[in-house]
Amino acid sequence: METKTQPETKEANPMKKQRMNGSEAVIQSLLHEGVDLIFGYPGGAIMPVYDALYHYQEKLRHVLVRHEQGAVHAAQGFARVTGKVGVCVVTSGPGATNAVTGIADAMIDSTPMVVISGQVASPLLGTDAFQETDVVGITQPITKWNYQVKRAEEIPEAIAKAFYIARTGRPGPVVLDITKDAQFGMLDFEYNKQVKIRSYKPTFPIKKDSIAEAVRLINLSKKPLALVGQGVILGGAEDELKTFLEKTGIPAAWTLLGLSALPSDHPLNVGMLGMHGNYGPNVKTNESDLIIAIGMRFDDRVTGNVQKYATNAKVIHLEIDKAEINKIIYADVPVVGDVKQSLPMITEMVSETNHDEWVKEFRACDKIEDQKIITPELYPAKEGLTMGEVVRRVTEAYDNDAIMVTDVGQQQMIASRYFKFKNTRSVVTSGGLGTMGFGLPAALGAQLGMPERPVCLFVGDGGIQMTIQELGTIYQTKAPVKIILLNNNYLGMVRQWQELFFDRRYASTLLENPDFQTICKGYYVESSIVHKREELDDAVKKMVEHDGPYLLEVRVEKEGNVFPMVPTGASVSEIRLE
Amino acid sequence: MKQEFTLSIYSENHVGLLNQITTIFTRRHINIESLTTSESAIPGVHKFTIVVFTSRDQINKLLGQIERRIDVLKAFVFTAEEVIHQEIALYKVKTEALLNSNEIEKLVRQYGARILEVTSEYTVIEKTGHKDETQELFDKLNRFGVSQFVRSGRIAVTKLNQELLSNYLVKLENDLSILD
Ligand SMILES: Cc1ncc(C[n+]2csc(CCOP(=O)(O)OP(=O)(O)O)c2C)c(N)n1
Ligand SMILES: [Mg+2]
Repeated sequence: METKTQPETKEANPMKKQRMNGSEAVIQSLLHEGVDLIFGYPGGAIMPVYDALYHYQEKLRHVLVRHEQGAVHAAQGFARVTGKVGVCVVTSGPGATNAVTGIADAMIDSTPMVVISGQVASPLLGTDAFQETDVVGITQPITKWNYQVKRAEEIPEAIAKAFYIARTGRPGPVVLDITKDAQFGMLDFEYNKQVKIRSYKPTFPIKKDSIAEAVRLINLSKKPLALVGQGVILGGAEDELKTFLEKTGIPAAWTLLGLSALPSDHPLNVGMLGMHGNYGPNVKTNESDLIIAIGMRFDDRVTGNVQKYATNAKVIHLEIDKAEINKIIYADVPVVGDVKQSLPMITEMVSETNHDEWVKEFRACDKIEDQKIITPELYPAKEGLTMGEVVRRVTEAYDNDAIMVTDVGQQQMIASRYFKFKNTRSVVTSGGLGTMGFGLPAALGAQLGMPERPVCLFVGDGGIQMTIQELGTIYQTKAPVKIILLNNNYLGMVRQWQELFFDRRYASTLLENPDFQTICKGYYVESSIVHKREELDDAVKKMVEHDGPYLLEVRVEKEGNVFPMVPTGASVSEIRLE
Repeated sequence: MKQEFTLSIYSENHVGLLNQITTIFTRRHINIESLTTSESAIPGVHKFTIVVFTSRDQINKLLGQIERRIDVLKAFVFTAEEVIHQEIALYKVKTEALLNSNEIEKLVRQYGARILEVTSEYTVIEKTGHKDETQELFDKLNRFGVSQFVRSGRIAVTKLNQELLSNYLVKLENDLSILD
């Protein structure tokens, strides 16, 4: 964008343009977007931006992480609990490549994020200069949009565009790669937040006839089932969902990322879908005559074998991203658009009914699952501690109203199954990518985003070691995250698969762990360890009451398994209870 | 059932778009039979013409993912009958072979090809047409030895009298709903 120097040519905008360099323009643009917290790590190619940050410390807080992957996951945690765009700043080359995992994670989980990477000066581009990598090339398939800024004058417009793209429509990560000379270059700064991109249509007006057809199918249905995805949370449509469900009496099951959109104790909440989800919603998917998918994308962890999925049902698919329609499951009635708009349109027209008998069938399934799985997990008769009982103690200690962050593995599935929620945006977990190491930095970001709410992280002994250095960031920020380390001495989820599908050949899943208590000491993070059931209540109490970050390590049963389970390739109705 | 499709993809003229579009095909292991890029009749708007062999179901999924890219304006898919399309082929033969008999000259006439350049050593023949036609000429010429052969990607226009995109762009300009 070519900016003219004479302010009188732009009479519509009385704001006087300010002369500044590109780095200051980066900071000013972020402030115009309402950003007050960013995560990052400095280095040569981004130093001018850090220098500018120095002058804005009061307005724009920068959290120095210990590894760029941590910066991205922290920004994700922040974005997921606040609904705002997470922001991180990294240097060129290794700084940017370290951020790649987090960017891919944000892409697949639709997390709004802007990553600003420094780049070598533009005359050096393409010459294999020191710390040069093709960041735009590398991140192209894992970003919603990316762009290389080579001139200072482009900065305000590029940042406005980045934020607009990141937060609208189906959200996602945007990478802006800013060359060092663009950071140094001078410009006349002017910020226009509103951008219009003719090639980008974030959402679509809802088609009236698709609503009418959806309403017709819902009114006819005897056994409807609503599938709640993250789209409900991203669209801020939790109330609209509740109103729809309560008018129709339709039972609702959730995907991993749809968790907390509907309170856990809502009478129509029938539990989690998919591989380690609840028995009822999985089995009943194939008995249902109408699937109403709301802001979800039929991930293979949800559907199991797609050929044998929802075999008796018609499908209504409410989704903002047109490319998701018919991608995995054919939609008899696609309703493209924001669910915050489409849900009330359906609710208004649909007949008031209930499906009490049908909901009772789910409750009958719950009884079976309770007896076979939930009771033994939460109230074990055996000596060893289960992950489930720990999760239950923690959720109850917070009156079922904390933010739950998880890493990846058995502890993630157990936490998602047994943690309870009253409020939305209370879950931060790596769904689509399943990134070990996500938890610790994401918990930090979530806590900084929601300082008033308790944040509990459930993390395994494997995963914590992938980003353990962020204990340093947690110490430095004093973010009072509560870390529950469920130590089973194994890469538990992989070991479970080895037990079930590879004849117990435990190849490289046994961990010789460090002394996590000593590590915490080294990082000045308060901690304790629990070996026996008798110690658990007190330890949880101590953790909850501690004012500041805390790590509670619980030695759980080494070879515990997560059940129920839909084995790969099986139908959801073939879910195994043992 | 697999069949041939021609895609017309309109985009902003940005660096890196070609890569953005082709990875959508390569991720799904769909071979691009031919690809041409050029300016369209609308200033500033670029056009990709891509030919692939795949199923209707698959092509619709691809279309969704292509249009999802921020800088892509719109993508259209056609079967061969729905568009007017052409390819251009160049054939290089020895001039000696041309002079030895009148066979090559006869082929050139018969196929509506033309001779682009004649030197004492070689002759370059050009033919535009559909792939099967340019291929047929190749097979026939090759009996006399074709030392070099090249065929361009397909280019195509629709049977409508405007760029399909024009209406869409006008609609976009008037549609304020895309602003949040
Ligand atoms: C970065 C990364 N590498 C590998 C995996 C594969 N993986 C999934 S779960 C898991 C085991 C996790 O072990 P731990 O963190 O101890 O958690 P547990 O399952 O024991 O609760 C592994 C290795 C992954 N998801 N992410
Ligand atoms: Mg473990």
